[in-house]
Amino acid sequence: MIPTTFEYTKATTVADAIAALGNGDGKILAGGHSLVPALKLRLNQPERLVDISQIAELRAIREENGGLVIGAAATHNDIATNPLVRSKLPMFAESAGQIGDVQVRNRGTIGGSLAHADPAADWSAVVLAAGATIAVQGPKGARKIAASDFFTGIFMTALAEDEIITAIHVPVVAGARATYQKFAQPASRFALVGCAAQRTPDGQVHIAFTGLSDTPHRDHAAEAAVSGKPLDAAAIAAAAAAAGEGVSINVDHYASEKYRKHLAKVYLKRALEAIA
Amino acid sequence: MSTNYIGKSVKRVEDKRFVTGKGNYTDDIVLPGMTHGMFVRSPYAHAKIKGIDTAAAQQMPGVVAIFTGADLAEVNGVPCGWQVNFKSGDTMKEPKHPLLAHGKALHVGDPVAFVIAETREQAKDAADAVEVDYEELPAVTNPAAGVQAGAPLVHDEAPGNVAFDWELGNPKAEVDAALAAAAHVTTLEFVNQRMAPNAIEPRSYIGAYDTTSDKYTLYTSTQNPHLIRLLMCAFVLGIPEHKVRVVGPDVGGGFGSKIFHYTEEALITWCAQKISRPVKWTSTRSEAFMLDAHGRDHVTKAQMGFDANGKITALKVHTYANMGAFLSTFAPAVPTYLHGTLLQGLYTTPKINVDVTAVFTHTNAVDAYRGAGRPEATYLLERLIDLSALEMGVDPVELRLKNLIPPFDGVTQPGYQTQVALQYDSGNYQGVIEKGLAMLGYADFRKAQKEAAESGKLLGVGFSTYIEACGIAPSAVVGSLGARAGLYEVGQVRVQPTGKVSVFTGAHSHGQGHETTFAQVVADKLGIPMEDVDIVHGDSDTVAFGMGTYGSRSLAVGGSAIIKSIDKIVEKGKKIAAHKLEAAPGDMEFANGKFTVKGTDKSLSFGDIALTAYVPHVYPADLEPGLDFSSFYDPTNFTYPFGCHIAVVEVEQETGKVALKRFIAVDDVGNVINPMIVDGQIHGGVAQGIGQALFEGVEYDENGQMTNASYMDYCMPRADDLPMFETGSQVTPCPHNPLGVKGAGEAGCIGSTPAVVNAVIDALWSGGHKVRDILMPLTPERVWTAMQ
Repeated sequence: MIPTTFEYTKATTVADAIAALGNGDGKILAGGHSLVPALKLRLNQPERLVDISQIAELRAIREENGGLVIGAAATHNDIATNPLVRSKLPMFAESAGQIGDVQVRNRGTIGGSLAHADPAADWSAVVLAAGATIAVQGPKGARKIAASDFFTGIFMTALAEDEIITAIHVPVVAGARATYQKFAQPASRFALVGCAAQRTPDGQVHIAFTGLSDTPHRDHAAEAAVSGKPLDAAAIAAAAAAAGEGVSINVDHYASEKYRKHLAKVYLKRALEAIA
Repeated sequence: MSTNYIGKSVKRVEDKRFVTGKGNYTDDIVLPGMTHGMFVRSPYAHAKIKGIDTAAAQQMPGVVAIFTGADLAEVNGVPCGWQVNFKSGDTMKEPKHPLLAHGKALHVGDPVAFVIAETREQAKDAADAVEVDYEELPAVTNPAAGVQAGAPLVHDEAPGNVAFDWELGNPKAEVDAALAAAAHVTTLEFVNQRMAPNAIEPRSYIGAYDTTSDKYTLYTSTQNPHLIRLLMCAFVLGIPEHKVRVVGPDVGGGFGSKIFHYTEEALITWCAQKISRPVKWTSTRSEAFMLDAHGRDHVTKAQMGFDANGKITALKVHTYANMGAFLSTFAPAVPTYLHGTLLQGLYTTPKINVDVTAVFTHTNAVDAYRGAGRPEATYLLERLIDLSALEMGVDPVELRLKNLIPPFDGVTQPGYQTQVALQYDSGNYQGVIEKGLAMLGYADFRKAQKEAAESGKLLGVGFSTYIEACGIAPSAVVGSLGARAGLYEVGQVRVQPTGKVSVFTGAHSHGQGHETTFAQVVADKLGIPMEDVDIVHGDSDTVAFGMGTYGSRSLAVGGSAIIKSIDKIVEKGKKIAAHKLEAAPGDMEFANGKFTVKGTDKSLSFGDIALTAYVPHVYPADLEPGLDFSSFYDPTNFTYPFGCHIAVVEVEQETGKVALKRFIAVDDVGNVINPMIVDGQIHGGVAQGIGQALFEGVEYDENGQMTNASYMDYCMPRADDLPMFETGSQVTPCPHNPLGVKGAGEAGCIGSTPAVVNAVIDALWSGGHKVRDILMPLTPERVWTAMQ
């Protein structure tokens, strides 16, 4: 419960943060809710921490080109209570309100959660279903990574070691309906299985799972079962039948493979019923 | 003055300092020149320690000293406080529990080296630099597996890993015959899982040694400072007790886990003398999960026989009780005298036999955890009787009522002699059940359950009754049962010259609210304001002696000792007052803080008498000055609280998730001094018992690694998991102690667990899932799997 020695830098601009981060031996500190426990258990022993929590531009939530841009250092509570998010992306507010407890929501950030890439984190399924892109910046400049390309494995992402997430760009589609439904792991309240689903007026459906396997992912087979069709009981049943098939399912002492896959089907059904 | 504190929900005196962050816990204490220690602990459950290289660590910044098992080879281990011999009469196996492992590590976390440095961070860095060469050996974690031929051996001196075996009750042949003749026998093999106690304050110790006076001080997060001093001085370090002060300052919860004398306490005291500087060690949360003595861990087979009328004819029980790698302080008493003796429950069962095999395994020690043995007994009985009702197709409440011990007050009627050694003091068992049923609305519930089942919803109700033996304990009785200490309590009442009162109690408050409850009692008995009473506890240099707080004993035993001292004060006060008022002592009476000559208006206040006792100018010639008495109270029997708990649950078919809809607890804890505090104790205990039923449980893998040693995996009950508790009470006073109190600390934890599990099973049966048992905790997956 005692971290190794590290240097601490409080960055005031994104450029400062990137400069201070260095290549591979530094870590970004935002809300600290994933990083600090890892430091205390010495699972992570960085040379230095770069604190980005005071960079105002990283915390802003604004409209841009008809979509919303959520700053990487926006806290879960910022997102849950933001009027723009609540009116234009209610799934984001809904899921933010289900993360941890009040203390966690007041400090934990969306960018921190995405960068940490816990395979049971809530945000991953949400950004996948929403078709979001992750804006990142590093010494070589800025780039955007589609959410569907971002998660590459357990605690692994497409983010380079010298890059930081600056914002999440989320398209807002008029008339879209979206929801995030999770079965919480009893102790951690992370997603034992979480399912995010979004249906746009053209009938296209995005379905994404977290907690189910090492990597949060879109379930294209389930999507195919309902996309372009009326969301009726038969279509939902077909999607549920397809859900969770063909992926390597996580096993822990709260869920066997069989139970977790069953939960995926149940929560997919609930998600689709919620947006039907 | 006339005071009226007893029976009132007076707000807790201690809360002001706790809620304003002014509590003074061991880790808050900083002594001049204090150093900090960290342990190097075995990552293996069973390993040969082939070598320890501390050379690199010695060179690390700030390192003061590093000790290993070799340095302590001549130092005794920590003792067990309770000896339970084999049925054969052979002595219990009690292998040395060394302060640091030497040669072998016998569980994950077994301490291998202790690193002391100027700061905690430096100590941690240096501990990480100690290199230990281990040879991993096979381990066993389950007690039923531990006794199998060929199981890895924990101690060479304990063949078959058996620490002792033990039997109580009617002869096995008689019980077998009764079972053979029974119209119905319910058999259940089940596990009462291992629990991590999870006190919010991790264990913390500071050892200090004064070279000038040759005196030691140990600050420790303990429930019983004097007991720690006794065990550490007499059995481990061989330091005379008058040279040792043990202080238990504010302590943040114990639940039993801070009763025991831990190796770290003795080690840190020993180290302080070696380096002539104070040493502090505070457990990390990971260490707390792995190493605070765990609770429960029984693997049991039980059979209950019934005649054709539904009367219980026999109960036969065999339990494998997991002791862990070493015998912790009270460990042998838990599955035996705190479990086997409670198997009568509230029922008239005429034949009972209980057989216990205590088993060493490569796991952390198991010892008393809130309820200690009594929850295991209650779980066994109440699961069996509910299951029997389901199997026989009778109502579970009717089956209980049919077998219930009739009411007795223990005064005009004798106590109830059980088949398993105890004599219950007083009881009205039917009363708590009837009250619980009325609060539930039983008939309406069954109607709602039927309707729910028709629409595919699974509602269930679960009942549990319990009795516990607490107010621990009559010394002669526990001595004959193997206790190596007496279990009386000490209460000193010192009236100051100004009439203010300091009360020194050997009980220790770590959440119970003694500073309030005890002050209510003393203020009422002396007729003075509560503000004039100070309750002092936790320091062996201030409090003469004491046995501490556990087994719901503080008020029943510690409070009784204080009452004895108050009686002596009043008696002496009468002599002083009689002298001043020129009356005979026999003509004096004391009430409402006034000494009065009977039948007159001649009186003196308590304050007058206090002052006179210390300024004895007009004073009886044959009387010593002063007003200060100390008393030992040794109870004549245990106390026997009892109650009825009822849970209502809804099980979600699709996921197996259990929602606890209602929880009704009707408890009879004897007389009540502070209803708010008793309610708080019941609420906390109920939450803890629900925790065992639905959420908690230590998991070891086959290599002896605890796989859920963090709050990310070990699920504690949270407020949003629980309904508003509905509590009801009944008062059947204890006939054998002066306050008529029975104890309330453990009741909630004892009654609640089987009620919840029974409710889930009832819900499943309502949907046609004839499930007999589900392993606790009843996680969603386990419940869902049971329905498949």
